[in-house]
Amino acid sequence: MTASIATNQTILVVGGGIAGMTAALEAAECGKQVILAEKTPTLGGRTSLLYRYFPKMCHPTCGLEINLKRIRGNPNVRVMTMTEVAAVSGSRGDYNVTLKIKPRYVTEACTGCGDCGKAVTAEVPNPANYGLDKIKAAYLPHGMAYPQRFVIDPSIVGTADGEAAKAACKFGAVDLAMQEETVEFKVGSVVWATGWRPFDAAKIQPYGYDRFDNVITSLEFERLADPRGPTGGKIVRPGDGKEAKNIAFIQCAGSRDENYLRHCSRICCMATLKQTQYVREAWGEEAKSTVYYIDIRAIDRFEDFYANVWNDATVSFIKSKVARIALNEENGNPVLHGVNTEGYHRYATEHDLVVLAVGMEPEVTGVKLPDDIVLDSSNFIEGSKSGGMFGAGSAASPLDVNRAVQSATAASLKAIQVIHKTASTEASA
Amino acid sequence: MTTANPKYKNSFLKEVEANVEDGHMVKMCMQCGVCAGSCPLGPHWEHSPQKIFMMIRAGKREEVLSSDSMWMCTSCYNCIVRCPRKLPITHIMHGLANYAHRLGLAPQGQPTRDIAKLFWNNIIKTGRVNELTFSLAMYFKDGFGQGIKNAMAMQGVGLGLVKAKRLNPMEILGGHSCKDKSGIHKMIAKAREIEDRRKGFAQ
Repeated sequence: MTASIATNQTILVVGGGIAGMTAALEAAECGKQVILAEKTPTLGGRTSLLYRYFPKMCHPTCGLEINLKRIRGNPNVRVMTMTEVAAVSGSRGDYNVTLKIKPRYVTEACTGCGDCGKAVTAEVPNPANYGLDKIKAAYLPHGMAYPQRFVIDPSIVGTADGEAAKAACKFGAVDLAMQEETVEFKVGSVVWATGWRPFDAAKIQPYGYDRFDNVITSLEFERLADPRGPTGGKIVRPGDGKEAKNIAFIQCAGSRDENYLRHCSRICCMATLKQTQYVREAWGEEAKSTVYYIDIRAIDRFEDFYANVWNDATVSFIKSKVARIALNEENGNPVLHGVNTEGYHRYATEHDLVVLAVGMEPEVTGVKLPDDIVLDSSNFIEGSKSGGMFGAGSAASPLDVNRAVQSATAASLKAIQVIHKTASTEASA
Repeated sequence: MTTANPKYKNSFLKEVEANVEDGHMVKMCMQCGVCAGSCPLGPHWEHSPQKIFMMIRAGKREEVLSSDSMWMCTSCYNCIVRCPRKLPITHIMHGLANYAHRLGLAPQGQPTRDIAKLFWNNIIKTGRVNELTFSLAMYFKDGFGQGIKNAMAMQGVGLGLVKAKRLNPMEILGGHSCKDKSGIHKMIAKAREIEDRRKGFAQ
């Protein structure tokens, strides 16, 4: 790959989730040259792993499809998947970036026919379902993947399975000799839309996420409810496959806690309120959702959604941070222990399944970032010292999809301003 | 002109902040209830920590200071470990117990308070715990008759300790002392003076 793909008039957007796609498109549609670098094999990020959005309960295909169409139609955006930023040096208007591109082992000749997947026997944990099920080691990341191109897991390269995939491809798109590449180029501004990851629930020792099969995270629950998920949309327990009708939702699992994440993750209250409606849809009047909360933070227009869920007879609310979870050995039910602070009643309540509304941790936590980046106390990106790099979406603050898009648009405008300023300085020099 | 509703004039929170160890952290409680749920003795007290904190904020001075709850704390530190706001709950509970005791508002006949008083009075005499007189004081705290009964019930244990040289009957005569007894007394008097000044008990 040649280095001439970019100049200091180019904007680099790091991360191809909903915020990164938005930031890239807004700049590109203003005529700027944009490189959109995504770490995984597909655009879409965590948004594409949701079953539905709140508050309208529509499917993520809706918002993503239009963005993918915009990207396909815009020659100003260059999408690079399986690409990570290795280094950034320099300052506003003049950054040198180094990107590492991991081998996909499948070239652009791929038509997405799926013959390689059929030929391969080895399976790997399915990243699109948070590892709840397995997928063939030659796979399409998910139905909405962009590019619609297969990936070969590095674990089968050099094995008979790898050769089988190569032999099965009618288009000669499998290239097992592909190597990691490094590219360097200049850009004028960088938008960091690196997103978030779910807080590691196993760190919350009293909740036993690592010990109890029937304690799962809200992200995993999202996959359970999705027809394209590991259970085909049936809400059953991972432990024994039993139908889960009596479900506890524990709020602030990791968030608002000096021991774990200091910040309020903002989305978890609405995510849980939304998920209680999945339970109702699945089981009707038999459904029983119990929300354990400190306080419900359904902000501005979401208040209506909250009011509706509050009036739903299948949903009850208990004002309490659960102290610990124990296991009923006989039936595998998690037992929640704590005190209801409205009246100070001590409870020990059994549920079929516990969903931990885990907090948002910035994906860059623990990653060495360029010196120019400024982080807040929770590792969200506040900006950069020289003013040429910006955080967008949930890399900048814990945001839902709607607000991530707003944040990305704002970051994109700031990046465009940097490019304009650079261009005018050079013109007058 | 309106005058403030006396209900909302909370001098008790300020009093706790000024006079109780770590009392300034009480206002940080967000009432999540994880301390109450985590307390191994939780079901046995009248007021859980977060309830005590709310009562302080509500100005319920008498109820808080005469509560037996602070005296039930065994310092297991489960609440401190789990508190999402990192309140030093154990320390605040002990601080409240001490403050209530100093004011003479702590519950009478509360066993933890009784043993704490006996232990303190015993150890400050010589700078060493006199196990014999401490045990006897415990036995007889509820009267002579009950004391004899307690002593008889514990006879076997007592004799065993004597045989194993863990208990010396001669300690009844005053017992052993630390090297610099008057130094210890001066130190305690000074500590008391400092505490009085800090907690508002200075004359």
